[in-house]
Amino acid sequence: MAKISNSTKKIEIADLTVRYDGVEALKGISFDIYENEILGIIGPAQSGKTTLLKTINRTIELEPNAQVSGSVKIDGTDVKSIKNVNQLRRRIGMVFPLPVGLPLSIYDNVAFAPRTAGIRKRSELDELVERCLQQAALWDEVKDRLKSLGTKLSGGQQQRLTIARALSHQPEILCLDEFSIAIDPVTTMRIEDILKELRSQITIILVTNLIQQARRLAGRTAFIFENELIEINNNDIIFSDSPANRLTYDYVNGNFG
Amino acid sequence: MKTIANVFHQLERWLEPVIEGIIRLCGISAIIFVFGIFFFVFREGMGFFFGGLDIVEFLTSPDWYPTSLNNKRYGVLALIAGTFSVTALAMVIAVPFGLGAAIFVSEFCGPKLKETLKIVIELLAAIPSVVWGFIGLTVMNALIIELFTVPIGLTMLNGGIILALMSVPIIVSIGEDALKAVPDSYREAAEALGATRWQVIYRVLLPTAKNGLLAAVLLGVGRAVGETMAVLMTTGHAVKIPTSPFDSVRTLTATIAAELGEAAVGSDHYRVLFIIGVLLFSITFIVNFVTDLVIKGIREKA
Repeated sequence: MAKISNSTKKIEIADLTVRYDGVEALKGISFDIYENEILGIIGPAQSGKTTLLKTINRTIELEPNAQVSGSVKIDGTDVKSIKNVNQLRRRIGMVFPLPVGLPLSIYDNVAFAPRTAGIRKRSELDELVERCLQQAALWDEVKDRLKSLGTKLSGGQQQRLTIARALSHQPEILCLDEFSIAIDPVTTMRIEDILKELRSQITIILVTNLIQQARRLAGRTAFIFENELIEINNNDIIFSDSPANRLTYDYVNGNFG
Repeated sequence: MKTIANVFHQLERWLEPVIEGIIRLCGISAIIFVFGIFFFVFREGMGFFFGGLDIVEFLTSPDWYPTSLNNKRYGVLALIAGTFSVTALAMVIAVPFGLGAAIFVSEFCGPKLKETLKIVIELLAAIPSVVWGFIGLTVMNALIIELFTVPIGLTMLNGGIILALMSVPIIVSIGEDALKAVPDSYREAAEALGATRWQVIYRVLLPTAKNGLLAAVLLGVGRAVGETMAVLMTTGHAVKIPTSPFDSVRTLTATIAAELGEAAVGSDHYRVLFIIGVLLFSITFIVNFVTDLVIKGIREKA
């Protein structure tokens, strides 16, 4: 608890409600995310976890039938008030459940975001690409074939490529949406190690179906169930025998869900 | 109950090979028809092709005097030039417009406008070519004479514009399909990386959909090369290698359409028109073949 109260608030979510064609996907959710923490978000499918991530980088606006009320603030600024949405998105790295290697070379995949942000110098890009691939533990496997297509990599490699890509614009926040769903346990553990290292530099939001993954990685975990926030607490409370909510205990211990 | 099921089962065992045979026939019939047409067209022209036609003159001479009494000349270079110049001009106009419209329909416009646009574009594709020819003959002709102060408006420019208008709907609908086939996850991923809409389009969508877009363009080319009635009515139908867009030209297709009815069956003139048919056939075959190679090449690299 002490560690967290010392930290500054990075993201403040207040009374956030999202409806798709009138059906609520998130019901009045409020909580804070602190700087440089790994926050786990657990909950069954269709409970609104992905929607929550989409409101943070405002990709929710790409869904024509979504309605958002309430507020999401990053560093005290409401994301809705940010005029240049692309600039906002560059501050947030996003990793999707299934690896999306863009149909470009490995190099171009990682250099995509820096290029859109206007970085043109070859040496600068080279350095950036190498650093991101190193951070994603992929450099050694691909350094000799940076020109080959990213989509030709294996699933696990592609997921690390998307993580490298998500890091390429040096985000302050990294959102991972069930990143390990399509990759093997060994690769998953490698990526988890990377995330632990990254924690000192960025704030990480880890949406996961694997309860044990949240337990291993996160400092705090939020439990979302039926589109409502049931509980957010330190991991030693969430995964103890007496979390604040009985539902949390049942979910974490596999009594339902 | 059991016996009924048995009967059905039995029936199925009989029907299966029959249905398979019918479907096989449908597939093979396409090949039969193509070869049949090629064979028929070639047979009609064959007699002159092997007996009397100077192939070199045929392909390299711009002199087309098939009905001259004492100096018959069968050179189709001017007709080939006519076909290619009109097609090229049409594509210069139609490709940017068609692809631009495809991108707009697929990526930028709202669902309501999209529906309207698609219906209107399909309507455009359904206009008979003779109607296009009529528009070229009256509206465009007058417009070109007025705008460029030239003596006649039935020119390569007129034909090119009309052909472009006829090709655009094909390019738009096939191109839009190609863009629609790009997975949304690519768009999402690129947008999440902070790419603007335009960056998403030219960095991700266009490279991903390039095969389909190329197919769209080449189908447009095919449409333009093969079009007969509209170009016959709009290009002025003069045998001439064009030096400017304001020259009248004549195409291979228009020549066949205009002259076949008047050539005596079995005469050299009649047969040479069929040889032009074979030539057209070969051109479209080469275009298709090259397309296949290009697409395969892109795929292998990818």
